[in-house]
Amino acid sequence: MDLALTDEQRLIIDQVRRFVREEIIPLEDDLDPDADELPGEQFERLVAIVKDMGLYGLDTPPEYGGPDIDLVTRSLIAIECSQHRAGLYAPCYYTFGGARQAQLFEATEEQKQKYLYPMLRGEKRVFFGLSEPSGGSDPARAIQTRAVRDGDDWILNGTKLWISGADRADYGLLFARTGGPGRSGVTAFIVETDWPGFNIARIVHTLRSAKYATEIHIDNLRVPHANILGSEGGGFAIANDRLSRQRIPYAAECIGVAVKANEMAVAYSKIRETFGAALASRQGIQWMLVENEIDIRMMRWLVLDAAFRADQGESFRTESAIAKLQCAELASKVIDRSMQIHGGLGVAKDLPLERWFREMRIRRIGEGPSEVQKHVIARDILGAGLR
Amino acid sequence: MTVRLSKPWRPFDHATVATLTGHLGVYELGNTAGDVLYIGAAGGRSRFGLKGQLMDRLAADLDGACCFRVEVNMAYHSRRIELLEIYLNDHGQLPIYNTDVDESRLGRVRPG
Ligand SMILES: Cc1cc2nc3c(=O)[nH]c(=O)nc-3n(C[C@H](O)[C@H](O)[C@H](O)COP(=O)(O)OP(=O)(O)OC[C@H]3O[C@@H](n4cnc5c(N)ncnc54)[C@H](O)[C@@H]3O)c2cc1C
Repeated sequence: MDLALTDEQRLIIDQVRRFVREEIIPLEDDLDPDADELPGEQFERLVAIVKDMGLYGLDTPPEYGGPDIDLVTRSLIAIECSQHRAGLYAPCYYTFGGARQAQLFEATEEQKQKYLYPMLRGEKRVFFGLSEPSGGSDPARAIQTRAVRDGDDWILNGTKLWISGADRADYGLLFARTGGPGRSGVTAFIVETDWPGFNIARIVHTLRSAKYATEIHIDNLRVPHANILGSEGGGFAIANDRLSRQRIPYAAECIGVAVKANEMAVAYSKIRETFGAALASRQGIQWMLVENEIDIRMMRWLVLDAAFRADQGESFRTESAIAKLQCAELASKVIDRSMQIHGGLGVAKDLPLERWFREMRIRRIGEGPSEVQKHVIARDILGAGLR
Repeated sequence: MTVRLSKPWRPFDHATVATLTGHLGVYELGNTAGDVLYIGAAGGRSRFGLKGQLMDRLAADLDGACCFRVEVNMAYHSRRIELLEIYLNDHGQLPIYNTDVDESRLGRVRPG
């Protein structure tokens, strides 16, 4: 693997870095520290700039009109885009667009017309409804939402928990049990949020400010058979490869936040004096900064390794699980140390560190908790026989 | 946990607001009939939290506002959105003084 950046990669990164520093960060001075969106006119203005840069719709494959960007470059961009207060869960406030529900690429042409293309154009918002009160780590076994065939329709009943942004979504994917226990009993349905029987019961308030979670009550929701995504009982088989690919830039976003937190810690340690000397002169502080540096380099290596393998067409499931696991764990440590170096200021809403600290904690649970990533890695090490 | 704001209404006057703390959270202003006129939040940039926000609202002298209720809540951002979405679901429009909110960007919560 060649770690040297190409001229093109360097150019793109410089451009994105400038965009974040000159366009995004100054806006945050006037926003609430927990804000997750920009005022409409600012958003439109910045989307136009991103489109001019040729980077709109980053996760959209070129055959659907997205920029032709390999996963290594995509990950490098993700590292830049998250380097601001809202950057972990609302990188650049979504001004780069992107394919939020990659599974929809597996839709039929008719479904694509109705659901995929409007999402890619940024006209419609979409949710992903897998987790339930009965559990999210092992949804194949935990899903209790039931779908029963009724002529050309299915009738769905159940509860979904933790579903991000469903209150503002136009439609989304809802996984329900159409057969027996296990994976093959689960089907993915595309459901519209204004259909009778689809109710957002509440917002689930968590440590995360951006993309808050919701609880959905599904009460005799009638869904046309034509809205099954993939095949009946094939809910889990859909787009596993796409999900693993997405996990890599998702991990890269943790690096961006860690880089910024560390940058702040280095700068602060040089200007803050205690007991007559700068913090930076103390070995106790130096070691924290050294550990930050090592962790950041490790994260970067793991993410780029996974991305490189994916770009080469090699298997990358284990590598993406390792990257996701380690980035969430190590970035949490980097932020924690950076907060410590800032003292009281580190935990105040004056600085972004407290938001990163809260939101990074969720990174160790969402999109497959750390233990589940280890489970995936262990399965690959030990072979298919292991459950 | 109740989804709607269930705290008791209190008189919207200087003496009562002065007893509030500087915590972050959400609040509602109401009229004599108990209708909600405004849903607000004291966020991370507010200088004196709920107390400061409600003092500012008192100074604005909003016609008809005679009572208020508060909920201390560190998740003030998503909680305010939730209250606005519930109000929108119940009434088909936002409270009259919430001209600071773009209705088209809110979602739907139907707490039942
Ligand atoms: C803010 C937020 C937003 C979310 N958004 C969405 C969304 O949009 N769509 C969606 O479908 N889901 C979403 N989730 C759900 C998330 O994916 C689940 O929380 C996660 O998968 C864990 O499921 P669980 O909470 O039910 O924990 P459980 O499955 O009950 O697991 C509990 C804990 O046990 C541990 N564990 C699990 N399995 C093992 C094992 N084999 N060995 C050892 N330890 C184990 C893990 O630490 C895990 O955290 C969101 C969650 C949060 C917090």
